[in-house]
Amino acid sequence: MAEITLDKVVKKYGGLDVVHGIDLQIAHEEFVVLVGPSGCGKSTTLRMIAGLEDISGGLVKIGDRVVNDLPPRKRNISMVFQNYALYPHMNVRENLGFGLKIAGEATASIVKRVDEAAEILGLTPLLDRTPAELSGGQRQRVAMGRAIVRRPDVFLFDEPLSNLDAKLRGQMRAEIKKLHQKVRTTVVYVTHDQVEAMTLADRIVVMRDGRIEQVGSPMDVFNHPRTTFVATFIGSPPMNLLPATISGGAVRLADGTAVPIPDRLSDRVHEGRRVTLGIRPDDISPVGHGLSQDGPGAEVEMEVELAEPLGMESLIYTRLAGQEVQAKLYGPRLVQPGERLSFRMALDRAHLFDAETGRSVRED
Amino acid sequence: MTATVESQRSKALKRAGLTALTFLLMVVMCVPGLWVVLSAFRPNAEILAKPPVWIPQNPTFDNFRKIFGLGTDQVAIPVGSYFMNSLIIALTSTAIALMIGMAGGYAFARYRFRGKGGIFLGLMLFRAVPGIALSLPVFIIWSKMGIIDTKLGLIIVYVSLNVPFTIWLIDGFFRQIPLSLSEAAQVDGCTRWQAYWKIEFPLARSGIAAAGVFAFLTSWNEFALASQLTRSTTSKTLPVGLLDFTAQFTIDWAGMCAMAVIIIVPALILTFLVQKHLIAGLTFGGVKG
Ligand SMILES: Nc1ncnc2c1ncn2[C@@H]1O[C@H](COP(=O)(O)OP(=O)(O)OP(=O)(O)O)[C@@H](O)[C@H]1O
Ligand SMILES: [Mg+2]
Repeated sequence: MAEITLDKVVKKYGGLDVVHGIDLQIAHEEFVVLVGPSGCGKSTTLRMIAGLEDISGGLVKIGDRVVNDLPPRKRNISMVFQNYALYPHMNVRENLGFGLKIAGEATASIVKRVDEAAEILGLTPLLDRTPAELSGGQRQRVAMGRAIVRRPDVFLFDEPLSNLDAKLRGQMRAEIKKLHQKVRTTVVYVTHDQVEAMTLADRIVVMRDGRIEQVGSPMDVFNHPRTTFVATFIGSPPMNLLPATISGGAVRLADGTAVPIPDRLSDRVHEGRRVTLGIRPDDISPVGHGLSQDGPGAEVEMEVELAEPLGMESLIYTRLAGQEVQAKLYGPRLVQPGERLSFRMALDRAHLFDAETGRSVRED
Repeated sequence: MTATVESQRSKALKRAGLTALTFLLMVVMCVPGLWVVLSAFRPNAEILAKPPVWIPQNPTFDNFRKIFGLGTDQVAIPVGSYFMNSLIIALTSTAIALMIGMAGGYAFARYRFRGKGGIFLGLMLFRAVPGIALSLPVFIIWSKMGIIDTKLGLIIVYVSLNVPFTIWLIDGFFRQIPLSLSEAAQVDGCTRWQAYWKIEFPLARSGIAAAGVFAFLTSWNEFALASQLTRSTTSKTLPVGLLDFTAQFTIDWAGMCAMAVIIIVPALILTFLVQKHLIAGLTFGGVKG
């Protein structure tokens, strides 16, 4: 059993705090993705779990052992590095078997386990090559093979796909997911790519400036962002945010446009409160070309500034209350810049955030 | 069409010109050495002949026979002792300089510590001081310590001469090795020590070999300090031994050249043996790119 517990974990570099007391519980065999913008402390947190970075405060537990003072080799973890960190002077077979050899496994058993791992990852024809003779994707696979061969309690990944091109990244993403279904292990995966986070995670941990902003299942984080930061970070294109005030029982935008207060939020706001209205591009569409036509909505007329046809749908840039707003048109219809269209906002999926704190009004 | 032919021709011309220039420079550089080697195989008279004789007319091993004191009137020079002294001193000082260089270079490349920049700069500045400038103080201290004319005395001098350079070179090689390799090894079950010996050391081996060759050659060829700190066969090295051929009024050029060849040959052999390492550079295929 390998659940991981972070209890008020702090990391300081000299006087500089980069991780500010993180609390996190990761269940046995759970796939957790740490996601956030560059410099938010994801790698640092991961490396503290790995034992590659001293822990300045708090506790890290793997299973029921406090591992704060254990070196990496005693934590029974394995890690895939962003640059793969394959040993250049060893061939693939030796790279895969290195950990087992260090652990003193019998040669026969090393061969067997390396062959198994190579089989799982499709590396069998490459076993005698050196890392220099492999493509990026193959190196990536060797790095994963090296991680699974030792059958550790925990896999740690630090942006393993960021050196691959977009197509290969998608492919490897699927392979990692399949791998996790085959080799069930607790996984902590770091990325700044929200698509990777959404597709891989059992649970997403959104980080920002050394703090956890929100933890939840991908759909939970997507549907119920707790802050404007999460709202814009998860989901692509990002959620539109429009400053507004509650006035006369409606959400009134900067230019006076009134939008009804979404039902489920009406008891959360009071007259005069300054808020931010959040609505995803998928939920603003030209009338008749949206995801859903029923449910509470509001119609506004806007001018198309730019349209990006994506085949079966188009992304439309328009302007509302002086702000750029992105909308989606579902269907193969082409729109032209300058066209004035009536757009429908699906308010059952709209969000309201406090204008000062940026926190969802559902949180009060 | 003609334009490209033209430009190809001018390119070829340029390449030929460069090759010729390189060859000329090589010749200029090699001639003195070649002269020494050729002169090792001919009698003194031919060496001093005017106009110069290039190809030995009567190639002979007499010069070598003479300096080893084999069956002629020439007073033998204790080449054997000098050779052993040189070898012991150069090998020992190189081994020590390499050990210090590996530890120091690794520390500079991998650890942060107080005064790191200052110490590194100090080492480099020390390199900039010509050794001979320190010869007087060294001589005085060494004689107080009673290690004038001992191998130990020279070994200490050569170690301190070589350490800054080996540290600098080896530091550079360790810096090229991504830290993540050592980290991956530690995650794979190594102690930091094992990670060093199994991963980082093998990858820096070329650099360490290069540093070793340079250190060895420095010690092997050094003359100025050795000539002051050694007196007798217990510690005199080959370059110092060359002076044995100068008498008050005569210089035995032939013997000197023969001995010079004896000095050059091991250095050449060593350089050839490790040239693969010197040139190889490192392949970091395990890391991206
Ligand atoms: N050795 C160090 N000394 C001082 N500050 C550091 C050190 N290493 C990292 N930091 C700082 O810690 C913060 C978190 O770094 P970290 O590498 O964890 O970011 P990250 O979330 O992984 O970002 P990225 O997506 O760019 O990899 C950054 O602001 C960084 O500048
Ligand atoms: Mg990082």
